[in-house]
Amino acid sequence: MEVALEDNNLMEKVLPPDEQEIDVELEAKEKKYLRGEGANLESLKDKKLKTQLASREKLYGKSAKAAAKIEKWLLPASAGYLETEGLEKTWRIKQTDIAKEVDLLSSRNQYDIVLPDFGPYKLDFTASGRHMLAGGRKGHLALVDMMNMNLIKEIHVRETVRDVAFLHNDQFFAAAQKKYSYIYARDGTELHCLKERGPVARLRFLKNHFLLASVNKIGQLHYQDVTYGDMVASIRTGKGRTDVMEVNPYNGVVALGHSGGTVTMWKPTSQAPLVQMQCHPGPVSAVAFHPNGHLMATSGKERKVKIWDLRKFEEVQTIHGFHAKTLSFSQKGLLAAGTGSFVQVLGDSSGGGHSRYMSHPMVKGYQVEKVMFRPYEDVLGIGHSMGWSSVLIPGSGEPNFDSWVANPFETSKQRREKEVHLLLDKLPPETIMLDPSKIGAMRPSRRKEKPTRGEIEAEKEVAIEAAKSVEMKKKTKGRNKPSKRTKKKKELVENAKKTFPELEEKNIAGKKRRIGEDAAAELPTSLKRFARKN
Amino acid sequence: MRIKTISRSVDEFTRERSQDLQRVFHNFDPSLRPMEKAVEYQRALTAAKLEKIFARPFVGAMDGHRDGISCMAKNPNYLKGIFSASMDGDIRLWDIATSRRTVCQFPGHLGAVRGLTVSTDGNVLVSCGTDCNVRLWSVPRPSLEDSDLSSEKSTEPSAVYTCKNALLAVDHQFEGDLFATAGAQLDIWNHNRSQPVQSFTSGSHSVISVRFNPGEPDILATSSGDNHISIYDIRMSSAARKILMRTKTNSIAWNPMEPMNFTAANEDGNCYSFDGRKNEEAKCVHKDHVSAVMDIDFSPTGREFVTGSYDRSVRIFPYNGGHSREIYHTKRMQRVFCVKYSSDATYVISGSDDTNLRLWKAKASEQLGVILPREQKKHEYNEAVKNRYKHLPEIKRIVRHRHLPKPIYKAKAESRAMNDAKRRKDDRRKAHSAPGTVVTESHRTRRIIKEVE
Repeated sequence: MEVALEDNNLMEKVLPPDEQEIDVELEAKEKKYLRGEGANLESLKDKKLKTQLASREKLYGKSAKAAAKIEKWLLPASAGYLETEGLEKTWRIKQTDIAKEVDLLSSRNQYDIVLPDFGPYKLDFTASGRHMLAGGRKGHLALVDMMNMNLIKEIHVRETVRDVAFLHNDQFFAAAQKKYSYIYARDGTELHCLKERGPVARLRFLKNHFLLASVNKIGQLHYQDVTYGDMVASIRTGKGRTDVMEVNPYNGVVALGHSGGTVTMWKPTSQAPLVQMQCHPGPVSAVAFHPNGHLMATSGKERKVKIWDLRKFEEVQTIHGFHAKTLSFSQKGLLAAGTGSFVQVLGDSSGGGHSRYMSHPMVKGYQVEKVMFRPYEDVLGIGHSMGWSSVLIPGSGEPNFDSWVANPFETSKQRREKEVHLLLDKLPPETIMLDPSKIGAMRPSRRKEKPTRGEIEAEKEVAIEAAKSVEMKKKTKGRNKPSKRTKKKKELVENAKKTFPELEEKNIAGKKRRIGEDAAAELPTSLKRFARKN
Repeated sequence: MRIKTISRSVDEFTRERSQDLQRVFHNFDPSLRPMEKAVEYQRALTAAKLEKIFARPFVGAMDGHRDGISCMAKNPNYLKGIFSASMDGDIRLWDIATSRRTVCQFPGHLGAVRGLTVSTDGNVLVSCGTDCNVRLWSVPRPSLEDSDLSSEKSTEPSAVYTCKNALLAVDHQFEGDLFATAGAQLDIWNHNRSQPVQSFTSGSHSVISVRFNPGEPDILATSSGDNHISIYDIRMSSAARKILMRTKTNSIAWNPMEPMNFTAANEDGNCYSFDGRKNEEAKCVHKDHVSAVMDIDFSPTGREFVTGSYDRSVRIFPYNGGHSREIYHTKRMQRVFCVKYSSDATYVISGSDDTNLRLWKAKASEQLGVILPREQKKHEYNEAVKNRYKHLPEIKRIVRHRHLPKPIYKAKAESRAMNDAKRRKDDRRKAHSAPGTVVTESHRTRRIIKEVE
């Protein structure tokens, strides 16, 4: 419904307020689907190419608009939320209060599994959030189906397990044990023993590249391709022992936190780190990445949690008060931090950075070892010294999954097909870079750069050496005087020492003199004394 | 407080019975798909490689003629039939669909048959030859008896008209009764009259080829031996337009989707696309053949055309692009004298000097037959993602790679070296003269001498 107003002879069409809101929302969604700015076509001179690219840009705009419009119908579910009324604060709300308000299916997600004998537990989830792998320090590995709360397989390896990680789906998982790491199949069979890595402190899997990354007790970083077992890279970081390692899901870069307070970022194809950031004055105790790749949270032993912007490598926010042993970002941007027996969840308030959203204090004896948000669910998994727990954090998970990306309701046939497609789309390790959108983009043409001073000096040295080592031809018939030979050699070395402009000047000056002499010879003898003598 | 958490009930997200389809949910949010550009690039690479693996363009050869094939004609009403005529006067109708055999023979010509054409309703076949005869045949109707492989029928011509000189080409009007023959002069005939209804004489040279415009039934384009291309309107008494080029044009084809544009296959190895209304410069120059281009035919989509050349290869060009997208060659295929693009835009038929007609796929890696919609979507996706990244070096190397026969490869290398040297010299000449004195001629006008009228 449009209402036309006349205002100073100007016809304006004013939309009613709710339609205006919808417009603004649609624009925001459209921006998301546009994936950045359009290309700048002004500098193109080729008209044919310009028209072709302009029509393509138009198509992109149209498809982004269509995607934004159809979101209303395609996405059935909406995100969770927790809203308080009056003087209530969200961080004072306990899990027991939530349990009363929420439906039965969700309340099944709140539980505590008590296994005091096997040490602090580390957790990992598959990409769809359906399966969970729990590894206890004293050698207990358990694979659980979270949909049915079904224990699929449980093995006791009877030695220290420092970290666990799923490979590309729930059929395979890796455990970092006392001396070596092992890869197991879903039914508990040990498939591989990865001896090359040594005693591993952290294990992470890069899904798009099928690379199993690990950092070991000496501080070496290993990347292994699990499809055919090749060790793609083993990098000596040179910064000593560390057990803080995280993968940035946006670009596949591995970040290590060191005891000097630096966070370094690595890619498998280079021996030097991509980025080194001094984050904390003391050792870094945990690192976590936001799924959009722009934010990184680090915590140091000096009881600060800092949030960094990875595009500018600048600090965005500092949260004082606690030192987090473990950090995790959820799909919607909530940050969970675990210290001692206290877990705090920080929410992204619009424009204000992260602030207290919820908290979950546990019994003093439960020392938190790892927190991890479960994908596509409003659930936070906490691995601690007495087993593992699961708490409800409304608004943390992505409510609408895409069946072709990660399907929590996968059948075995779909899982097999997905595995084949994943293998076909496996990326080579060279595609890991800080800015993944650079692939397929134009490299700006660099004109041949002038050689630096160092390079010029080096070239000069080489020329001098060459001049000194040249063999003079021994002339015959009385022309082989030693004085002449040394003079010639000296001249060669002098020329090599001179720079090119000086040489040119000498030549030009010589030419001028000769010309001058010729001109002087043309004058009649009576005028010769007026000839210019240069 | 108000709380809502994500809770998914299993029935909503799984199927009820095993006969149902699996439920699929979509969320196109880019943040759920990290590294999508790299994944797309990887898929483009795989698609390019797969395309090369499945590229098998040669379908079959049709053997039967006893002398080199001089011309072919498509039946506008019947997709599976193709007429071909050879240098010894043998005209055959082929079934190119499953059997690839001669269905019917039309004996009668004494010398080489130089032109073949079919009327638009598909009933009358017109042929002309060096024995100065024009013969009209009635096309046999395809029936169930065609599947009987042993019968090869032969028919009598329904009419024979004689002229004074040898005839070099014939073409039938779209949606009309008239056909035009080219020989010493351009003649317009009616089916029922034994003498031409109209004649156009132009100079002393013979008219080599003739083609009626698909959009305007009264306009036709001809090429003559003195390097002219003329456009005639049969309602007028003389040529409407004439273009003089440096070398003669062997064949002309009108674009069926843009009937004002035509493309001329020239003796210097290039094809020139002209706008029929504006003839001072060519719209596009298509350069890839190393020897004379003998025949040209447009695809019914109007987006590409196929050319056959004296250098033993068949090339497919895009209608607006300067270089060919595909080349077909075989050791056994000698000089190609005629090519046709099939009316369903799927096949290309070439007739060559070695007495064979060859059937090729227009898109070398296309899957023929019935394709399921999901397969079709996957093919389209592969095509689109490959086109998006086909400019990057790794993929370009795979997509562009074609094996060329050695003579063509060497000829191309030589011509490239010659052109580079010429261009370098021209550039230096231009750089060392006063700006504006040396003018480079564009390729589009280089080979056109002038436009007459």
